[in-house]
Amino acid sequence: MNNQMPSTNDRPTLISVSDLTLAFGSRVIQHDVSFEVKRGSIFAVMGGSGCGKSTLLKSMIGLLRPRQGTYMVGKDNYWSGDDQSRIQIGRRFGVLFQSGALWSSMTVGENVALPMQMFTSLTPPVIRQLVELKLGLVGMLHAIDQYPSELSGGMRKRAGLARAISLDPDILFFDEPSAGLDPITSARLDDLILNLRDGLGATIIIVSHELSSLFHIADDGIFLDAGQKTAVAHGSPTWLRDHCTDPLVHAFMHREQLDTSSPHENG
Amino acid sequence: MNTSVNGAPQWQLQPEANRTLVTLSGNWIAQEGRIPEFPDSALKEIRQGEPVEFSTDQLGRWDTSLISFLWKLKRSALEAHVDLRMDTLPESAHKLLDLLPENPPQPQPPAPHHFAPVAAVGQLTLDTLNEIGCVSEMGTAAARGGFAALVGRGMMRTVDLMTDLSAAGPAALLIVGVVNFLVGAILAFVGSVELHKFAADIYVASLVAIAMVREMSAVMTAIIMAGRTGGAYAARISTMQGNEEIDALQVFGIPVSSYLILPSVLALAFTMPLLYLYGCLIGMFGGFCVSYIMLHVSPLGYFHETLQALPLDQFTFGFIKSFVFGTFIGLTSCRIGLKAGRSAADVGIAATKAVVVGIVGVIALDAVFAVIANVIGI
Repeated sequence: MNNQMPSTNDRPTLISVSDLTLAFGSRVIQHDVSFEVKRGSIFAVMGGSGCGKSTLLKSMIGLLRPRQGTYMVGKDNYWSGDDQSRIQIGRRFGVLFQSGALWSSMTVGENVALPMQMFTSLTPPVIRQLVELKLGLVGMLHAIDQYPSELSGGMRKRAGLARAISLDPDILFFDEPSAGLDPITSARLDDLILNLRDGLGATIIIVSHELSSLFHIADDGIFLDAGQKTAVAHGSPTWLRDHCTDPLVHAFMHREQLDTSSPHENG
Repeated sequence: MNTSVNGAPQWQLQPEANRTLVTLSGNWIAQEGRIPEFPDSALKEIRQGEPVEFSTDQLGRWDTSLISFLWKLKRSALEAHVDLRMDTLPESAHKLLDLLPENPPQPQPPAPHHFAPVAAVGQLTLDTLNEIGCVSEMGTAAARGGFAALVGRGMMRTVDLMTDLSAAGPAALLIVGVVNFLVGAILAFVGSVELHKFAADIYVASLVAIAMVREMSAVMTAIIMAGRTGGAYAARISTMQGNEEIDALQVFGIPVSSYLILPSVLALAFTMPLLYLYGCLIGMFGGFCVSYIMLHVSPLGYFHETLQALPLDQFTFGFIKSFVFGTFIGLTSCRIGLKAGRSAADVGIAATKAVVVGIVGVIALDAVFAVIANVIGI
């Protein structure tokens, strides 16, 4: 079965995940997931609702310890070190949570400024300047003094993105960036993601099932299946759409209903 | 990008024959904490019509700190009508600069703050009256919902009432017991100091009994419940507000007053009088323990004296008081929860406010009851 895109990318590997098993108690969410993310690429984690995409993301950003397997970031084994080493590696991460996850007691500007105040020795005027820059990049400069409760969903996401890039991370994680956004806002966000990748040289990992946006931006990815509880296909969304023969992936990529009359391994 | 470059970020403005050259050098990394500023006046010297170009041969690693510097430069150039040629800049820097607005909006100055005590007092009075009106209206609606429930047409779910009853009643027995026991014991200690001088130790029993039944048990229990249950109600309802759960109820036409507030208020109004009786009993037991162990009062004597001191109407009065306290705490904390904002901080504010209003309100109501008792001669 053709479910592995031939490698055409000669950039160095930044993240490598091998045989990762994720579980809550005795309930296994995904097992033996392996993939590599090249430096500077936009990597999509795809799959239907409830297949464990967000759980995989959680373990990659340090919120959930995997049952087994290794997760390498550069030369560091993320989960084998102590808390301190994980925090050190985590300083390279920027995360955009599904609904922004802005701290509600602070203004948008303060949200973006907080990581800089905590982790750099920059002076307040320089921080202010950088906060304006980051909010300017995501088109949210006008809302710098507003509170998250005064913003719409799309604005919260963009502000969350500004906060995610506040420390100029080289690895960005996006959890459902376009969920709940209108097509125009969503397309603008896609362009922004591409610009940030090119401008900041960041590596981006996106969890999403928003096909139009994935075809547009992602150049590599994996497809997780809730039935088999593992990754069933590797490749960019466009490659999976055009070449993958796995029936579930095919149905997903072509927005078709799965043919359940014939025996099917994904059950 | 020149990776062999080391050193601090620097820039230099060099006038040349037909152009001005901005040389950027060093590593521009925000986290290293050294970012040069671009002064507003730097471009004033440039002759009209002469372009400004960039040299980036000495530029090392860079991140958004360089973009921040270039953005400032770009805005200055726009203001000074200088022709800025950015084609020698790294392409990715271009892309980021293109995303940035050319004229960032100026921050609005905060609204001037006037000190106007009369207006403030007036506003406070109006707000308080408005709140009293809202709470009464809510109480009426809840009572109407209660009557509807009695005839079987209510919107209240029995399971909600049971959950609230169990949270406000049995779950509170331990803390109400401990506090009232200690209050009774303390009263016995304090009373014995004076009474012992007159060899009237036995009257400790009547002192503890009257104090517990008339005031202490009702007030202490109400204060505990305001902190424990009132705060929880306010936090729960304001969290529901944040999750749009209240909006969903309203859209379905499910009356918030009878679906959400009635079970909470009923639970407190039912359990408070019972907790009051239980508190009286435990408080008198606390007084008895102290009298028996420390003052050597006989158990039978203590029991007899307690019965002598307590006419039934004292209980009735305390019973009514705790019913009112329970209703008051239930209604105000639900109202505070409903009025809260939608953020995490607002939940904390609502819970604190519910506790403060509950405790102050209970004590104020108790004062009103004391006056009423005095007038009708109980």
